[in-house]
Amino acid sequence: MIRYIIYKTILSSFILVLSLVVAMYSTLIERKVAGWFQDRHGPNRTGPWGLLQPFADGAKLFFKEEFMPISADKFLYILGPSLTMFIALLTSAVIPWGPDLSIHGVASPLQVADVNIGILYIFAILSIGVYGIMIGGWASNNKYALLGAVRASSQMISYELAMSLSIITIVMMTGSLSMREIVAQQQGFHWNIFFQPLGFLIFLICAFAETNRSPFDLPECETELVGGYHTEYSSMKLGFYLFAEYINMFISGAVMATLFLGGYHFPGLDKLGLSPNVFAFVSFMVLFTKITFFGFIYMWIRWTLPRFRYDQLMKLGWKNLIPLAILNVVITGIVILLNQ
Amino acid sequence: MKSLTNRSRVVSNKQMNFWERIYFPAILNGMRITFGHLFRKKTTVQYPEVKREYSDIYRGKHVLKRDEEGRERCTACGLCAVACPAEAITMVAAERKPGEEHLYREEKYAIVYEINMLRCIFCGDCEEACPKEAIFLTPELVKSEYSRDKFTYGKDELVEPLDPAKRIDVSKRQTAEVLEFKKNKKYKHNK
Amino acid sequence: MFTQYIFHFLSILALFSAVMVLASKKPIHSVLFLTLTFFAIAGHYVLLNAQFLAVVHVIVYAGAIMVLFLFTVMLLNLNKDERSPKPMWVNIIAFVAGGMLMLTLVGIFREYDVKLIQDPLTTQIGLVKNLGKILYHDYLVPFELSSVLFLTAMVGAVLLGKKEQI
Repeated sequence: MIRYIIYKTILSSFILVLSLVVAMYSTLIERKVAGWFQDRHGPNRTGPWGLLQPFADGAKLFFKEEFMPISADKFLYILGPSLTMFIALLTSAVIPWGPDLSIHGVASPLQVADVNIGILYIFAILSIGVYGIMIGGWASNNKYALLGAVRASSQMISYELAMSLSIITIVMMTGSLSMREIVAQQQGFHWNIFFQPLGFLIFLICAFAETNRSPFDLPECETELVGGYHTEYSSMKLGFYLFAEYINMFISGAVMATLFLGGYHFPGLDKLGLSPNVFAFVSFMVLFTKITFFGFIYMWIRWTLPRFRYDQLMKLGWKNLIPLAILNVVITGIVILLNQ
Repeated sequence: MKSLTNRSRVVSNKQMNFWERIYFPAILNGMRITFGHLFRKKTTVQYPEVKREYSDIYRGKHVLKRDEEGRERCTACGLCAVACPAEAITMVAAERKPGEEHLYREEKYAIVYEINMLRCIFCGDCEEACPKEAIFLTPELVKSEYSRDKFTYGKDELVEPLDPAKRIDVSKRQTAEVLEFKKNKKYKHNK
Repeated sequence: MFTQYIFHFLSILALFSAVMVLASKKPIHSVLFLTLTFFAIAGHYVLLNAQFLAVVHVIVYAGAIMVLFLFTVMLLNLNKDERSPKPMWVNIIAFVAGGMLMLTLVGIFREYDVKLIQDPLTTQIGLVKNLGKILYHDYLVPFELSSVLFLTAMVGAVLLGKKEQI
């Protein structure tokens, strides 16, 4: 029992540190990639290849003046960014990061919690993810922040529907809500993306909207709303909001890789006859590569596409994606029925 | 109206067809274009390590030249101040005392010579107006400062150092053609 | 033992935030306390081994309904206390009605014979598989009827939204 607790503690703190480090370096990679796309070098002054840039940014954010609007709701103003960060970190608990490790002959899963309703857990976290932004935006007592918060919440609620509908097809195919089971069924090259290309596309688009990334970054759209929901935030509270975005990116990449790209599976890897721990490590790196790939796609899209207009966003969500997702569910149902 | 280039396109509000309306081909095309930029040559000049090459006759900070014997060439005639479109140059003339012949070439010299580098537009008109080949612009840049009054450069910053090793070479600007041109008194500004 | 502590904590949290919903001055705070109540109740579901119910509870109540509440309250900006003071007789009637409701509830719980489930952790009804089986075998008709009801509501909502264009 104590062994179990220690193992889970180590694992969860490892994943916590991993998400934080990845989020930190995503900020650097984002700027680097942006530079490359625009024929520039990107930050390269702080340390070799700019590798110390995230630390410099972090230190800057820490030492910036802490500012609070006089008419702000003090408690909620502080609660907003902390809640956003907290919720962003919660999701990683149900993602299976690799096959079982073997520690002293005991199989130890590389997953913090194998909940039998893993997917629903992710949706629950997603659906309460709005609170951080809404509370922060409202508590700032600023019209730009409020508008940003309202946009964020309506956008996230709208795209949650299409997202859940696109996932339902995966659940129908797998017959399980557990992330572990879904990954296990995609062993080899039976990745869900080949069976559910439309579902994957819908999920990808919704993931962009859920993480408030470009081209759906209307909540923080600088040209209209100054900074959106974080207009009034400064110092590390702002840092939390910005950081949470990158953690969300990382986690959503992990979810997409797990649900559609076969998680930690790679064809032929299990036939190499590696020892369990090496196999687990290699598999973890495979998953990590897939997540990095999604991270790159996020950045690629961001530096390619212009921002959507608000009515276009709503139209896309409600009039195109949801009917498509429902159609996808119906088709999948028919195919499953015919195959039985 | 006739267009200057053949790159312009007439905007039309025609209905988009199905492939245009689902945007995906357009998005993929855009992504292809941005991806191509990943491998382009970077246009950045990495400044402290790499410096962009300056032209020999780049117009930067001014210098007040000395002649071969180290005497100041400027005689405070004021032609540069008159020529200056930004009115950045001021000077006070003084008479050379006996015993100062090794310092100043003519009987009259500039005891104060100031250029306000914030006003200066680096047009090079002063260089052209000078009948004594005393003022030149150099490829050196004016350094940034923390206060405005530091940008008014006096003689201490403008006059070329006496040390022959530190003399500033202006032979690229002062070509034979230029000297020939300046000798020609029939041109108005050489009088 | 451990679960008992969690139970006490969650119950106190639920009751406290339920009281705070009524007591807090700002409507936004009320809404947020209500959300907290829902989370506490979701925690109770988890303790009863009904994870599915817990998560659905969070998704539906905390994730959707309360966000809409928050939305409305934010946009209405009810911060300033502009409500006109109610006449005395309204307060008296409210007090009497509330008191009667409470008396009824107390009466019910006094009479009701609470059957203790011996070991709640062994009951697996709350798990997805068992819940699904029960819903689709024993309660198929009511389940389908309620889904038809939801569908009607959805169509109605779309129709209301489109009304201006018709």
